[in-house]
Amino acid sequence: MAVFLLRRLGHGILVLWLITLAVFGLFFVAPSNVAQTLAGRQATPETIALIKHRLGLDLPIWKQYLHFVENAVQGNLGYDYYHQVAVTTIIGQALPVTVSLALGASVLWLLLGVFNGVISAVHPRSLADRGLTLFALFFYSFPSFLLGLLLLYFLYFRLTLAGYTWFPAGGYSPFSQGPVTWLQHMVLPWLALALLLAATYTRLTRGSMLDVLGEDYIRTARSKGIRERRVIVRHGLRSALTPVVTQFGIDLGQLVGGVVVTETVFSLPGLGKTAVTAINQQDLPVIIGIVLFASAAVVVANILVDVVYAVLDPRVRLH
Amino acid sequence: MTAAVEVLDATPAKAIEGRSPFVLAIRRLRRDKVAMISLGVILLIVLMAIFAPVFASVTGHPPNEQFRDIGLTPDGLPRGPNGTFWLGTDDLGRDILVRIAYGARVSLLVGVIATAITVAIGVVLGLAAGFLGGIVDTVLARLIDVVLSVPFLLVAIALVSVTGPSLTVTVMVIGFFSWASVARIVRGQVLSLREREFVEAARSLGAGDTRIMFVDVLPNVLAPVIVYTTLLIPVVIVTQATLSFLGLGLPPPTADWGGMISSSQNYYTTSWWFILFPGIALLITTLAFNLFGDGVRDAFDPRADRLR
Repeated sequence: MAVFLLRRLGHGILVLWLITLAVFGLFFVAPSNVAQTLAGRQATPETIALIKHRLGLDLPIWKQYLHFVENAVQGNLGYDYYHQVAVTTIIGQALPVTVSLALGASVLWLLLGVFNGVISAVHPRSLADRGLTLFALFFYSFPSFLLGLLLLYFLYFRLTLAGYTWFPAGGYSPFSQGPVTWLQHMVLPWLALALLLAATYTRLTRGSMLDVLGEDYIRTARSKGIRERRVIVRHGLRSALTPVVTQFGIDLGQLVGGVVVTETVFSLPGLGKTAVTAINQQDLPVIIGIVLFASAAVVVANILVDVVYAVLDPRVRLH
Repeated sequence: MTAAVEVLDATPAKAIEGRSPFVLAIRRLRRDKVAMISLGVILLIVLMAIFAPVFASVTGHPPNEQFRDIGLTPDGLPRGPNGTFWLGTDDLGRDILVRIAYGARVSLLVGVIATAITVAIGVVLGLAAGFLGGIVDTVLARLIDVVLSVPFLLVAIALVSVTGPSLTVTVMVIGFFSWASVARIVRGQVLSLREREFVEAARSLGAGDTRIMFVDVLPNVLAPVIVYTTLLIPVVIVTQATLSFLGLGLPPPTADWGGMISSSQNYYTTSWWFILFPGIALLITTLAFNLFGDGVRDAFDPRADRLR
């Protein structure tokens, strides 16, 4: 186990290092006019050169890279070009928003997906099964921005017109400033994300549940006279959930850098929206910092998933 | 002896055909009503894309022409569906129906080309990694890890904003970031396939690595690749629309669905048709591809979900 963990950790660090190389190469090779933008329109070449020097942009690229890695190892991801705020601070401010979004949505889609999947598997080929499969595929087919806009149209615009101001048009209100306002701001983004992702879980739960319900020990449990509900939940669902947990870990890791669209549609100042703003302003340290942070989330999630998998299923050997 | 032969001849039994798994899968697929209906819808969308100029000539509205006089209300707002503009107009007074037809070209073109590139790269690298093993596998496996760990949409947006939006860039970006999952599937399959006897047999007949990889091993991974490919097309179409929505699609005035939905955002309080019709077009397309892909998966995977 320890050896396995160390090796996976080593791989993870290697992957992150390769990502810094790739991202650095991609963005610093591209022509940048950040210094020009910062200096304003009437800037003299001397001013621009001075700004470039201050930002370290006049150094050869490999020196900039070494400088970046040296700081990154010490937990410093640099400072943004415009206000000289530490990138780690920017990430720290955006992270609670993204975490709010990801955690709430994940609870919703897990409940929805697993519940529908179990119903489908217990009555395969039934009307309910077909209906739920179609329901899942319908939302799975939605581009996330379209689903978000539709939710805004009906649940914000139409509802507000009708006199029910339950949901705002977007924006974020921290949990500390009142859980109710926080909830009102989060419900629509949660729905937009959860409806989309629940489909994968319905299908996964259904498939794995069908496999498990065909096992001998389920027949044994039934023949012992255990009530059907208990057979399904205690004996069936428990072992059927292993692949669901795996997928869940991977999805959570990817959400950190993957909720760009939902955050944009609902004007949530999370990591995704912050990154998009940074991209529009060519704010390289912020872009690189967020990309690296999001990649690290995926890497860590993958390692955790492997460990949890082994804990849940004793038949799995880590090597 | 002769009697036995006569008895055999006497029964007019159907000749026993050897059917390949591929033929069997196609048969199963053709019996799947939902999949066949979806295929029909996909063909209709393809026809709409091909005959987009017909839409323009029948209505008399070229896709990029702005009818600022008859296409906009006196307040400068889009006009709703009427006899002249069947699905209404957009914020610049252009015909939404005609632009949807032209937009289908972009979605389908990107969907098919980017998917083809993705699958081609993924299959070749996956085959190489799984079959050749050793240093090739180590390098490719890490590369796959890297690509799968990167936040795809963020880096895609960043890349397109650096290079400037165009059809080629969109296709390349999607292909570049999507091949890894194909490669991982293929690699996993090939790792077990290469230990099988038929590979040994081919080798003892003097076949080289390249020949064994593409002639002997490749056909055996085709089923999962076909399934993945059909399910990848709608994902690619959504990705392209998403990039357009974020303002990184095709340079205007080219009509594409994501861009249309994006520009409708400021008008949804007054002009519901502006977001609704492009949205429906996009949704029907992805839904049809997903339902069809679902059918393909059931038909090609002999194990999973046979209960349907």
